[in-house]
This record gives sequence, C-alpha cells and structure tokens, in this order.
Amino acid sequence: MEAHAAHPAAAPRAGIRLPGVGAGLGRGTILLYLSVIVLLPLAAVASKAFDNGLDAFWTAVTAPQAVAALELTFIASLIVVVINAFFGTIIAWVLVRDEFPGKPIINAVIDLPFALPTIVAGLTLLALYGADSPFGLDVFTTRVGVVMALLFVTLPFVVRAVQPLLLEMDREMEAAAASLGARGFTIFRRIIFPNLLPGLAAGVALAFARALGEFGSLALIAIAFKTEVASVYIRSLVESGNESGAAAVSVVLLGASLLLLASITLVQRWGSRHDRGGNTGLTVMPMSGEDFTKDQETDDE
Amino acid sequence: MSSSRSSRWGLRFLGIGYLTLLLLAPLVMIFFKTFEDGIGPPLDAITSPDGLHALKLTLIMVAVAVPLNTIFGIGCALLLVRHRWKGNVIIDGIINLPFAISPIVIGLSLFLLYGANGWFGPALADVGFKVLFSIPGMILASVFVSLPFVVREVVPVLQEIGTDQEQAASTLGANAWQTFWRITLPAIRWGVAYGMVLTTARVLGEFGAVTIVSGSISGKTQTLPLFVAKQFEGFNFAGAYGASLLLAVLALSTLLAMNLLKRKEA
Amino acid sequence: MGITVEGANKRFGDFQALKDVSISVPDGSLTALLGPSGSGKSTLLRAIAGLEDLDAGRVMINDEDATAKPAQKRGVGFVFQHYAAFKHMTVFENVGFGLKIRKWKKPEISDRVHELLRLVQLDGLAGRFPSQLSGGQRQRMALARALAVQPQVLLLDEPFGALDAKVRKDLRTWLRHLHEEMHVTTIFVTHDQEEAMDVAEQLVVMNNGQVEQSGSADDLYENPANEFVMSFVGEVNRLGDSFVRPHDMEVVLDADERTQEGMVQRIVALGFEIRVEFVLADGTEIWAQLTRPELQRLELEEGQIAYLRPAQAKSFNGSSPSETIGASTPHGSPDEGDAEKPAAV
Repeated sequence: MEAHAAHPAAAPRAGIRLPGVGAGLGRGTILLYLSVIVLLPLAAVASKAFDNGLDAFWTAVTAPQAVAALELTFIASLIVVVINAFFGTIIAWVLVRDEFPGKPIINAVIDLPFALPTIVAGLTLLALYGADSPFGLDVFTTRVGVVMALLFVTLPFVVRAVQPLLLEMDREMEAAAASLGARGFTIFRRIIFPNLLPGLAAGVALAFARALGEFGSLALIAIAFKTEVASVYIRSLVESGNESGAAAVSVVLLGASLLLLASITLVQRWGSRHDRGGNTGLTVMPMSGEDFTKDQETDDE
Repeated sequence: MSSSRSSRWGLRFLGIGYLTLLLLAPLVMIFFKTFEDGIGPPLDAITSPDGLHALKLTLIMVAVAVPLNTIFGIGCALLLVRHRWKGNVIIDGIINLPFAISPIVIGLSLFLLYGANGWFGPALADVGFKVLFSIPGMILASVFVSLPFVVREVVPVLQEIGTDQEQAASTLGANAWQTFWRITLPAIRWGVAYGMVLTTARVLGEFGAVTIVSGSISGKTQTLPLFVAKQFEGFNFAGAYGASLLLAVLALSTLLAMNLLKRKEA
Repeated sequence: MGITVEGANKRFGDFQALKDVSISVPDGSLTALLGPSGSGKSTLLRAIAGLEDLDAGRVMINDEDATAKPAQKRGVGFVFQHYAAFKHMTVFENVGFGLKIRKWKKPEISDRVHELLRLVQLDGLAGRFPSQLSGGQRQRMALARALAVQPQVLLLDEPFGALDAKVRKDLRTWLRHLHEEMHVTTIFVTHDQEEAMDVAEQLVVMNNGQVEQSGSADDLYENPANEFVMSFVGEVNRLGDSFVRPHDMEVVLDADERTQEGMVQRIVALGFEIRVEFVLADGTEIWAQLTRPELQRLELEEGQIAYLRPAQAKSFNGSSPSETIGASTPHGSPDEGDAEKPAAV
C-alpha cells in the first residue's frame, strides 16, 4: 500500500518501479556499462580514422585493395539478402501454414547459423564445396563461395522476422478477400504480402548488416582482390600495423551499420502504424524465443 | 485460402531443398571430415595441451560473459519496459549495435582503446593491468558481441506480462526487491534462460573480435575457434575438424536447449 | 430462388459440426441462424459462402448448385465477426477492393464506393485506416465492402458480437432498415435470441449440429417444437415435466386446487417489468413476470407466501409437444393435437 501512496504519479505502471532515485541510479549504471563496453571503443575507432586528417582518411578508404574489398562486401551482401528474402519467406510460409512430419526439426535447424561458430561454418562449407569437395565442385574459394558463406549466416534473419507476422495475421482477411472474388496469387499479393512487408524489411536490413560484417566463415578463403571482404582486409591492416587505415575502412562499415539499424527501427514504426495498440518504440529483433509454428485455429461454431 | 496440392509441394520442395543444401549438408560434413582418418588424429589434437587450454579458455569466456550480460540484460530490460524515459530509444539503439557491427571492427575498437598507443592502454599498463593479448581483453570482446541477447529476449516477455501481478504484490505489502524476486523473475525466467542460451552460443563461437584482441597466442590466448583456425592454417586438418566437431556438438546442444526453451515459453 | 441447403454434413476431426442439416431461405428474406456456441451455425454459414467445404450435402444459391464452386465464384458477400478489415488499406480501398479485382475503372470505383459510404454513413472517413475507426464503424465498413460487388446473398457471422450493447442495438435496427431498402437475401448468425427476434423474418434454431426448428419469431415463441427451442427463445420455468413462461405464471393470494405454494425470495424491478423469484415447497426455484400495477395490487413482499398457477404450460413428452392450458383440469392433461415437426420448413 505504501508504494502506491508514496508515488501517485507512478501508479499506472507501479509494481517493481524503483523510487525516483533508484531509477536514476539504474539508468546511470546501465549507461556507464554501455559506454565502457560499447560506446568508448567505437569512439576510439572513429577518432583514429581521422587521426591524420581527412585526406589520410580518404586515401585509406580509396586505396585499390580497400575499394575492391568494400565493393565485394556490399555487392555480395546485397545478392545474398535478395536470395534469402525469397527463400526465407518461402520457408517461413511452409513452417507456419503447412504441416508435415519432421516440421519441428526443420524449424529447429533454422537456428543453426545462430548457434554454430562462424569458423566452423567456413570450414565445412570449404570441405563441401571447396577443393576436396565430394560433389566435385570447387567454388568455395571463388566469389561464389563468399556468397554461399553469407547465405548460410544470414538465413535465419528473414525466416524469423516473417514467421511471427504470418502467424499473427488475421486469416479472415484472406477469407474476406476470397469472398470478394480474389484468387490465390492476388490474395498473396494484395493482402498477405503487404502485411509481411515490415517484418521482411527488418529481417532484410538485419541480414544485410550481418553480411557486411561477416568474418569467421570467410577468413579461411580470403584472397586479396578476389575473395577478400572488408572485414578480412581490415584485419590485414591491423596486422601490418596500419591502425588508422583499418579504422578508416571500419568507419565506412560502421556508417552502413548505423544506417541499417536506424532503418530497422523506422520500418518497425511504420509497420505497426496500423496496429491498434501502437508500438512501444522498442525494436523487436527477429530471434525471439517463441514457437512460431503453431498456426492459430479459427473458432468453429 | 486453399492452396493446390502442387503449389504446396512446390513450396515445400523449394524451402526444404534450400535448407538441406545450405544447412544440413555442412552439418553432416563435419562428422565425415573429422573421422576421415579415424578417431585418433582429432582426439590427439583436442587433448593436446594447446587444445585443452583452448577449450578451457573458451569455457572461461562463457563463464564470465554470460552472467555479466544476464544481470545487465535483466536490469536493462526492466528499465526500458517499466520506466518511460525519452532516452530509452537511445539505450535501445546502443544495445542493437553489436548485432550490426562487424566483429573485426569490434576487435579493432578494443585494440585501439587498450593498446600500447590507446586511450586507456598506457594508464592501465602502469597499474600492471594488461588488457590486450590476455584474458581481460578477450572477456571485454565477448561481452561486447553478446550484449543484446538477454535484453532482447526479456523485453517482450516483460511487456506481455504487464504490471498487474507486480501491482498486486505491492498492494499485498511486498517491496520492490521482493516483488522482483518472487513475482517478476519467475515470470520472465524462460525469456532469461533463452537469452542466456543465445549469449552462450554467441560467446562460444566468437572469432573475429577475439582474434584481434588476443593475438591468438597458442596455449595462452587462444580460444577454441581460434584453435581451429590455427590448426587449419598449419595444415593440421584433423585437429581443425576435431575441434570443429567439438564446437559443433556444443552448438547443437545450445540449439537443442534453444528449442526446448522455445516450447516452454509458449 | 433463394438459398437451399440439403443434407449438409461436416466434421472437424472428431467433432461433427453439422449433421444432415437442411434449410431453406426464401429469396429476399432476412433469416437468422440462432443457437449456442458449437451449434454449427457459423459452420453452416461458412459452408454457404464457400469458406468451408462440406463432407456431404448440397448448397443451392438461386436455383444453381453452388456446392462445387469456390467462394470467389458464389456471389456472396460475407461480413465477419471481427471485421476482417484489410488493415493496411484505407476505408476507401477496403470498400473498393472487390471492384478493383473486377477491374472496374477508377471513376466508377470512386462513385460506387462513395455511394456505399453514404449508405453506411461513413462519408468523410474514406481516407482513414481501420485502426482509426471504432468497432461499429469498422463493421459498417465491412458491410459496405461486402455490398459493393452487389452480391446475390449477404451473409453475416455474428456481425455485432464484438461490439458494445448500445452499438449492437443501433446497428441491429440499421441492418433491418438496410435490408428493407436493398432486399438482398440475407442470413445472419447470432447467439442472441433477442437480436434474432428483433431483426429477422425467419429464425432457424440450431443445436449440436442440427436444426431444431425454423419459423417466424412468433411461431417459435408460441409453438416451440421442443424444450431446447422453448428455453432458448424466451425465458422458461420448469415445473416437473411442464414448461411455463414467466409471464404465464399467475400469482394469487388464495390457494385453490390448481395452485402451488411458493415463498417470495426476491423482487427485482427491471423497468416496467418486475421479476418475482419464488421457491416452492419442494425446493424448485421459479420466477414470475409481473407488471408494476400487478405487483402493487398483490402487495407482495420478500418472505411472503403466495400461490402460483400456470396460465399456460407446455410439455414435450415423447416426440410430440403438448400444451396444457390453465383452464383445463390438472389431473391427466390431455394431449392436444399440437404436434409440431421439430425439423426444417
């Protein structure tokens, strides 16, 4: 009773609400933690990138090897994201709307790229599709290999972003569209897809960010100017002592990451604009612990 | 909307076919490659001093990073969900950063901060505290990359359960700590558990950031993933695959845990 | 013309939702499918719409066999309990959806949509999104959307179920007016008997996947085919084997050979009508519906003893319901020839 009486203004959200001072202290601690762990290090990178002035920054970023690495990174990531958007949506569809034996296993396997160390992924993809490949394919040490590795690590993002939206969707909208004369593909195009779009966009943005920064699965196959992605190039710069150069290229990647994160938040706001409850402003990352295979049953009377 | 049989099978084929090629095949491959020349070579590599040390180091990383980020995660989630504040969006944004930043960049950032020419490096060295090329730096890297998971899992759970139960506890005389311990924590425990599992998986597999920060010194600052890479580069394939298998087994265990917990949360 | 369903059967897993159901809905009429949860009424409606496939049976719409036709081709307008609004489209786009599919030209769509929005009194809201509308407005939008494509048949699945009581009453009246204007064959599903009796010309009472009785509100009220219909359509007291409506329960202050003794437990005033709850000597609880003047005349109070006598009663022994009029002697109630067939009309 006392908690309520002492904090009338807090009443609607009371409960374990800490008294004013407590919340402030908590906030302070959290901000401190975040600063030490995340913000300061990143600031160090930004600072180092411009250590020797804007010209040096520009030189580092436009060096031929840098350009090759950045180009490869962005283009491969883009290709990968488009492919996984397509397949990811299909897989999410099959997992939510279809029933077949072994579905729970397939649903579980989707998370494998989240759980498997990237170096192990790289190693096995190399074994499967590289020089000693049992299929006789020797593609992994080429750019195709880069794409394959990125496909592997980014697969779950789109699936897990689309699944909850598919599940939550009001199935009756589809029945309504059917009663109004729309058929299969039209229903998908005009009713289902627009409602999946926010999740798809967020999943794509996240996958893109992940792909840009991927290192472990590509570390073993890097050949400069051919299959060297930005992260590998940055490492080589660090190893050769060129710290400001490494920081400069890192800033490019950081910039892209920040843009993508901002777009995810914006997409989610835009996506929930039609929801009655509105949104809380906190982003939802598509790797929730919910079981998104149980489709809702409509009431039968 | 009824879909025809052919379109249903078509979708299944596409979806599951893709999954098999991309995910299942590599998984199967690890097993084959490891035991290509029998169980001897991989076993030797893993049980070598360097191998065992790598395993030990990896487990230390997990043992430190996971509790740290769990406590942080729960506290942060509570703050974000239960207390409206304009700055919450900023905190939310910062927490998302590790998802989007390359591990190499993360490693570099720590390198720059704590290196010999770094902001804190010299000061800490004077006190005798070595961050880079030793365990503290590796822990910092692990904590950075696995920061968001517990927060992200607990936030939606907290939002969903709402404050009703907590308010009821208040009216019954419980103070903040009692309410948290007896009401809130039990309500969010599966979210926390799932977040912890994800954190563990991430720390186990961390490669890029730790590579830069540790220098990958065998027997001293080499975690299991780094060990795999070193073995591979040294053409000791059996060792590389053996350690990979170990990591894969650990990964599959976490995958199993993830899925069991998903059902619990439902 | 109109709609006919013959021998409809549908099961979901172990649950038989429809058992050999046959109904007939005259062209241009307004019919209610009335029944409790699980009675099969929604399933039947959806089967007529083509949103469910029947395991056996036929659906005829305007003398054509529609059983094999998909929902798209049946020319039915369907309104859902939870609106099924296309939440990513504006009100205008929602209502115009069916027309867009049929490739109407933009100006024509615009004319028709605005005409309908005026009809359902939502002009001025064309640019809004469903999330910005109230429940009642959303349902009106859903109705406009269904009517836009000029369906032969309008089907509504508990259309007012998700709305507040007041809004429900308003929309009920409004639906009746709409039907009077448009004369589209309309079937709506409800579990609210008052709603059904207020709006519909014909009621089909369903229970457990079967049709118990169909007819006008009066038919069902005065001549219920069985206990279920009698107690579902109106209030009922059970006296042994007989069923008495509360307003047929006469309350007198003197006993005679036809009365039973009861003690007043509670008197509740519900506007003009008063509900007087009694408990009989054998513990049965019944209630009588009195008007205020009647109550004042009797001067009843809680705890008082009074005497109850049914003016009319019905019993459903065996297969034919019989009626006992209070005027006949209480010993050996003769079987009246009021045998109603408890099946479809």
